[in-house]
Amino acid sequence: MEDIALLTVAATLRGLKNREFSSVELSQALLNCIDAKDGQLQAYLKVDADYILKQAATADQRRAAGDDAPLLGLPIALKDVINVKGEGCSCASRMMEGYRSPFDATVAAKLRAAGVVFAGRTNMDEFAMGSSTESSAFQVTRNPHNLECVPGGSSGGSAAAVAGGEAIAALGTDTGGSIRQPASFCGCVGLKPSYGRVSRHGVAAYASSLDQVGPLTKSVEDAAILLRELAGYDPNDGTTLDIAVPDYASQLTGNMQGVRIGLPREYFIEGSDPEVTAAVLSAVEACRAAGAEIVDLSLPHTEYAIAVYYILANAEASANLARFDGVRYGHQTAAPGSVYDLYANSRAEGFGAEVKRRIILGTYVLSSGYYDAYYGKAQRARTLIREDYTRAFESCDVMMTPVAPTAAYKIGAATQDLLKIYLGDVFTVPASLAGICGISLPCGSTTDGLPIGLQVLGPAFGESRILSVAHAYEKIRDGR
Amino acid sequence: MSKYLITIGLETHVHLKTCTKMFCGCSTEFGSEPNTNVCPVCLGYPGALPVMNREAVKQCVIAGLMLGCEINHISTFDRKNYFYPDMSKNYQTTQQELPLCVGGGVTIDTPAGARLIRIHHIHQEEDAGKIIHYARHSGVDFNRCGMPLMEIVSEPDLTSPDEAMAYLHNLRQILVYAGVSECNLEEGNMRSDVNISVRPEGQAELGTRVEIKNMNTFKGIHAALKYEIERQLYVVRSGGRLVQETRRWESELGETQPMRTKENAHDYRYFPEPDLVPVVLSKDTVEEWRSALPELPAARRERMVREYNIPEYDAGVLADEKPNADFFEAAAAICGEAKILSNWFMTDVMCLISESGLTIEQCALTPGALAGLISLVTQGVINGPTAKELLPELFRQGGDPTALVESRGLAQVSDCGALQSYVDEVFAAHGRSVADFLAGKKAAAGFLTGQVMKLSQGKADPKVVNQMIAKKFAELS
Repeated sequence: MEDIALLTVAATLRGLKNREFSSVELSQALLNCIDAKDGQLQAYLKVDADYILKQAATADQRRAAGDDAPLLGLPIALKDVINVKGEGCSCASRMMEGYRSPFDATVAAKLRAAGVVFAGRTNMDEFAMGSSTESSAFQVTRNPHNLECVPGGSSGGSAAAVAGGEAIAALGTDTGGSIRQPASFCGCVGLKPSYGRVSRHGVAAYASSLDQVGPLTKSVEDAAILLRELAGYDPNDGTTLDIAVPDYASQLTGNMQGVRIGLPREYFIEGSDPEVTAAVLSAVEACRAAGAEIVDLSLPHTEYAIAVYYILANAEASANLARFDGVRYGHQTAAPGSVYDLYANSRAEGFGAEVKRRIILGTYVLSSGYYDAYYGKAQRARTLIREDYTRAFESCDVMMTPVAPTAAYKIGAATQDLLKIYLGDVFTVPASLAGICGISLPCGSTTDGLPIGLQVLGPAFGESRILSVAHAYEKIRDGR
Repeated sequence: MSKYLITIGLETHVHLKTCTKMFCGCSTEFGSEPNTNVCPVCLGYPGALPVMNREAVKQCVIAGLMLGCEINHISTFDRKNYFYPDMSKNYQTTQQELPLCVGGGVTIDTPAGARLIRIHHIHQEEDAGKIIHYARHSGVDFNRCGMPLMEIVSEPDLTSPDEAMAYLHNLRQILVYAGVSECNLEEGNMRSDVNISVRPEGQAELGTRVEIKNMNTFKGIHAALKYEIERQLYVVRSGGRLVQETRRWESELGETQPMRTKENAHDYRYFPEPDLVPVVLSKDTVEEWRSALPELPAARRERMVREYNIPEYDAGVLADEKPNADFFEAAAAICGEAKILSNWFMTDVMCLISESGLTIEQCALTPGALAGLISLVTQGVINGPTAKELLPELFRQGGDPTALVESRGLAQVSDCGALQSYVDEVFAAHGRSVADFLAGKKAAAGFLTGQVMKLSQGKADPKVVNQMIAKKFAELS
């Protein structure tokens, strides 16, 4: 086995298929890695060695019996927001500490059918609300490139585990950048599929009209391999679309010739770290040199995206999180005197500060008398943002932008200035509002040695396109 | 004393007749053990998503078509947010902006003639669970949580408790005819919130509105309306001011009591349900459903008069409850004697229904058995009194009337030899009555007939007996 820290999904599947190593050997090696590193990184909330090795042994038996499921024996870490029957699903919240899922999320069921070994639950911002994984109720995950820095969020545990060599691949969720931004901060690949491409059934909801599950991996090819297994129509999620799922990996041509790359000028602005802008522009230049055509364009409503996002996402969250009331499951306050106490105390004790803040904001913007000014206006602005993209994609095939205005920042720095953190989502949020797809992949690093991410955006259900362009760039970058 | 106008509007929640809940595959069966018809979706577990029940949508649209509504070809769902332990998600998935059906109405008969009570709209939503209170704690049964409901919102067109009753009666009848609900009041299939206000005659705008929530018996609604109107009239007549509030009907006390005022009203923070895509109904689909609509009660009455040649009154009584009309038509198809059948049904069968508290569907009597019983009478196999004795048994225990008549030897005696000897015996034993008759007291003949019937143990054909007695007198005189 080559260095497990560098092992990709593609290489793992080859190794398993060719019997170079068994799933049990691989899983054990991975567990050793986690043992060695996670004390520092704290990427995982839970790693159950017996459970992992048991699944791996089953996978090995299946292979011995001639089973050839596409991901058979591949260990994948899951963000602790995805339900797996019988497993915990804490959402990094005291509210859900000790909870056991009664059912499989559709993505979990699909991966199970594909032969995956569920390899530990990764840390995250509480209920996926945050951009640094610092709002986790349980631990602070560290950036593998600098332990003083945050891994990004909310899927910070998944990104840190993959980038830190503690996972071959992981699943995250992205509502306003929660896959792409931590991938950028940690230096791995993160794919946010188009809204409706991957089922949300069984994934604890933050903002229903925005949430999507996607892979965090070490290569674009890996993201393509996993997306094929995750994507598709789900009768249990009415917002998924019945559009055929291609074999994404086979469509990675590596060809940059004639690709029209749009550069939205609103994404190259003062206020971004110049090192970040420079790295992205030099990636774009490399693509141009390889035959791409660069198109200058404008997405004029970008400036409203952050406000729109925090209104709509929090409004939906205020309803989505109402179910955590201490009545049926989750944290229940001791000896409540009344139904009101039961609700108020269970929620006061169970939720952290950021979750409470967003519930209160979301409740406010939906309140009688404020609905039109906030929610109604935000919905209209969302339509304008979506139309910006539709128009722009008439003149380009993909867009290239930074993922975030900065590289990873110091732990604790952000909590001082919340607004700055919210503004850090400025380049990821618009695509979420538009429902389009985007992928984040490394394109350089700062002088401090922190990774910088390149975001490739494509139209809704244009995953093949962004994967292909990202893969072509990856080859240029690595001189392959 | 100045005259006041009364304004009433109803919001009626009706359970639809689907096999599964509104957004999940759980059974809608009534009366199951608590919390057995539940799943992650209707229990509001994290990550569980709603899946639209197309059958519920269809039933709601059919109800709308039966009530003359326009159907919205694009219809959306919204979340209504409030915390209550019987609502697992702490929001109810309902329709606020674009309901399935708008407009339409229910025609009622009033002393001043027929009047259309307009419907504002019909929307679809999910029901809540049920809270059960014990001595020291409370429990929640989520079996009902997520059951499909439609809410039929009337315009404030009603002006008296009697009109409200007529509206509910006709509405219920149409929904049962539509086949979309049992409208079983005991099972809570049909519950209403009522809005009432009073205003002095001549005043254009409506008075202060009071809502009485969640009543499930027609009697209760009538009593609550009556009480509330009197209360409001008393307040305004004595110079007081009404407050906009929600009240509850306390049936045992026979009065309404305040629940919450406008200031304390919930802010439901409605917003579009992001987990459900809009329901899109093509014109073709709606027209296909429209073309297969069941008959309305009025149309059925007319058809029954035409087809069975029964009086309008009979058709009205029979068609009032769809199951009764179905039963009648099924029986008529077998025995062909529609008028006799309708007499039997309206008197004897309906009497048994009201005595037993069972419906025609719950009792053991089948259309075939009633038709058979009537055929036995019309063919002269048994006489009327025997048939009337058999009916309660058929109603309660069921069975085949022909077999019963045979096994118990109830066939009437029309053997003239046997009957003649009874007649002779009676004439011999009751010489006094014979003499009375001959002296002109015609009523004495009835007594003699009765005596013959008694001797025959009720099995004689009274018509034949009468003829024989008449013949005997003719011989004597």
